[in-house]
Amino acid sequence: MKDGMKDAGLESYARRTKGSRLVRILLCTSAGIMVLPLLMLCADSLMGSRELAETCGAVLADQGEWAGFRFFPDYPTLRAYVRLLLDSPEYFTAFWNSMLHTMGVLAGQLLTAVPAAWAFARFEFPGKKILWFLYMLLMILPFQVTMVSGYLVLSGMHLMDTHGAVILPGIFSTLPVFILQKTFAGLPGEVVEAARLDGAGNVRIFLDIGIPMGMPGIFSILILGFLEYWNAIEQPMTYLKTEAQWPLSLYLPQMITRETASAFAASIVTLLPAVLLFFTGQEYLEAGIAASGMERSGDLKNSGRY
Amino acid sequence: MPQRCVRLQNVLLWRHRRGKEGRAQSRPQLREAGNPDLPPRHPGRSGSRGLSRRAREAGCGYLFLLPSLLGTGAFVLIPFLDVFRRSFLQAAGSGFVGLENYRRVLANEAFRQAAGNTARFMLFCLPVLLALSLCMAALVRQSAHFQRWIKTGFLLPMAIPAASVAVFFRMLFDEKGWLNLLLRKTGLSGQDWLTSGRAFWVLSACYIWKNLGYDMILWLAGLGAIPEEQYEAAKVQGAGAWACFCYITLPQLKETLFVTALLSFVNAFRVFREAYLLAGDYPHESIYMLQHLFNNWFVNLDIQKMTAAAVLLVIGTGAVLLIFRRKGGGDG
Repeated sequence: MKDGMKDAGLESYARRTKGSRLVRILLCTSAGIMVLPLLMLCADSLMGSRELAETCGAVLADQGEWAGFRFFPDYPTLRAYVRLLLDSPEYFTAFWNSMLHTMGVLAGQLLTAVPAAWAFARFEFPGKKILWFLYMLLMILPFQVTMVSGYLVLSGMHLMDTHGAVILPGIFSTLPVFILQKTFAGLPGEVVEAARLDGAGNVRIFLDIGIPMGMPGIFSILILGFLEYWNAIEQPMTYLKTEAQWPLSLYLPQMITRETASAFAASIVTLLPAVLLFFTGQEYLEAGIAASGMERSGDLKNSGRY
Repeated sequence: MPQRCVRLQNVLLWRHRRGKEGRAQSRPQLREAGNPDLPPRHPGRSGSRGLSRRAREAGCGYLFLLPSLLGTGAFVLIPFLDVFRRSFLQAAGSGFVGLENYRRVLANEAFRQAAGNTARFMLFCLPVLLALSLCMAALVRQSAHFQRWIKTGFLLPMAIPAASVAVFFRMLFDEKGWLNLLLRKTGLSGQDWLTSGRAFWVLSACYIWKNLGYDMILWLAGLGAIPEEQYEAAKVQGAGAWACFCYITLPQLKETLFVTALLSFVNAFRVFREAYLLAGDYPHESIYMLQHLFNNWFVNLDIQKMTAAAVLLVIGTGAVLLIFRRKGGGDG
């Protein structure tokens, strides 16, 4: 009897390890497939212009019959990067435009979205349900729906074709409010209640407890916001006409057709800030994404404020 | 675990900073906060005080909300009311035309097609993405090794800008691109991927590739919140893995499902970027979405149609959101 049980246990253990190895292989393969595009872009960016023409000329510049395929460049060179960094001032203008837009939007979001999320998470006020519904609706609506209204107000304020046309509407995106609200609502009610009992005012509580404890959420909205606005195409495409004001995301596609030789290097330099930020902040990003998916934690419901 | 520590640290820090006078003050407020253990001494007075406290709290809430609300009002809400008004007006003048604009939009062939494509894209991609990411999350939870690397690999596509993604996808799916090269080498004939109905599948793959990691993290959080004891109890009573999944996991993932579906829905509209960079203003009709249509109307200054279509879309999305919320349980 006892032996039989032991056998069964061993068997199931063996099956489990075998299964888990299979799972591991499956997961690693799919993760590999997920990052493959990035690796291939990297490899292509190290090619010299002739090799690049052989590889991609057919597709990107309409030369030759077929695209070539190689994982690693035969003659790796940094020539494309050098050309890009030393010889294309337009690229740098676009780079700084992107920085300006992204940083402007993020700074504005810190000042507006964080307190707004706190209000939605911690206070009861008349009209809260309707406002929350409106915020969610605005979050979902694609940019194109608010395109006309945005155009009307921006041209009314004489902001069309300025950096402000991209930055100002971006600040009031409601997605960060939604994500942060979940983070703030998930904070343990006891801590806030304890601070309140100790005589802290609402602003104190927000600054001394809400912000430090909501840091993972705040970092994650900053990272998500960076990825979003570094990548913005619709807004600049609609509101910016002057090419000197275009961000990278809009300039790069043009550049790819115009000068294929440094296109891949340009892609890599473009995605570098985003990927670096992603790697440094991955933990926060994961924590923040996770918090936005959580059910409102139970201790908050028990605290009597909801 | 580290989060717990931070919380504890915060509480301790707070206590330390406030010192003793703060704690001395706390007793009467404990009563005010409605502690059930301590019956109020003056029921009438405490009631009125509670009311004023609620009003103060509401005021405070509005103050925190104010900056965001002002901006949203100025840049979105009020202009949108103007759009709503214009949707009943004639193009140049201010003549009232009733529902004429709406009739024209609904009769518009391009609008119907674009709306149909967008709906088709959502109906296909959202379930596939949600199911696939849930499976991946379940698998990742089972494997003890490389979890971090796997998560990184899955999340990384999020960080790659659309322009770079578009270059890679063009290299892969172009008529003379890598995929066709591979197909030709294996003896199959190459396909026309981007300028035929297959463009829809390319775009779907692109969307799923980009969002799989994000959704997986959301699911992982939801799965992690389910207490382990429930599974153990079920196993003791002889429930199999499938029964555990159906009766323990799924019901408790409802809220996660709501949020995940909502955020995936939001991100689904953003696939326009890749579509636009891959195939331009007028892509193959299978991926001609509402976003393309609005964009082209905007370029052609077809403001009347845009206003009416925008109002229709807001109503449509609002309805979808209401259904979502009804299903996912009220929130906020």
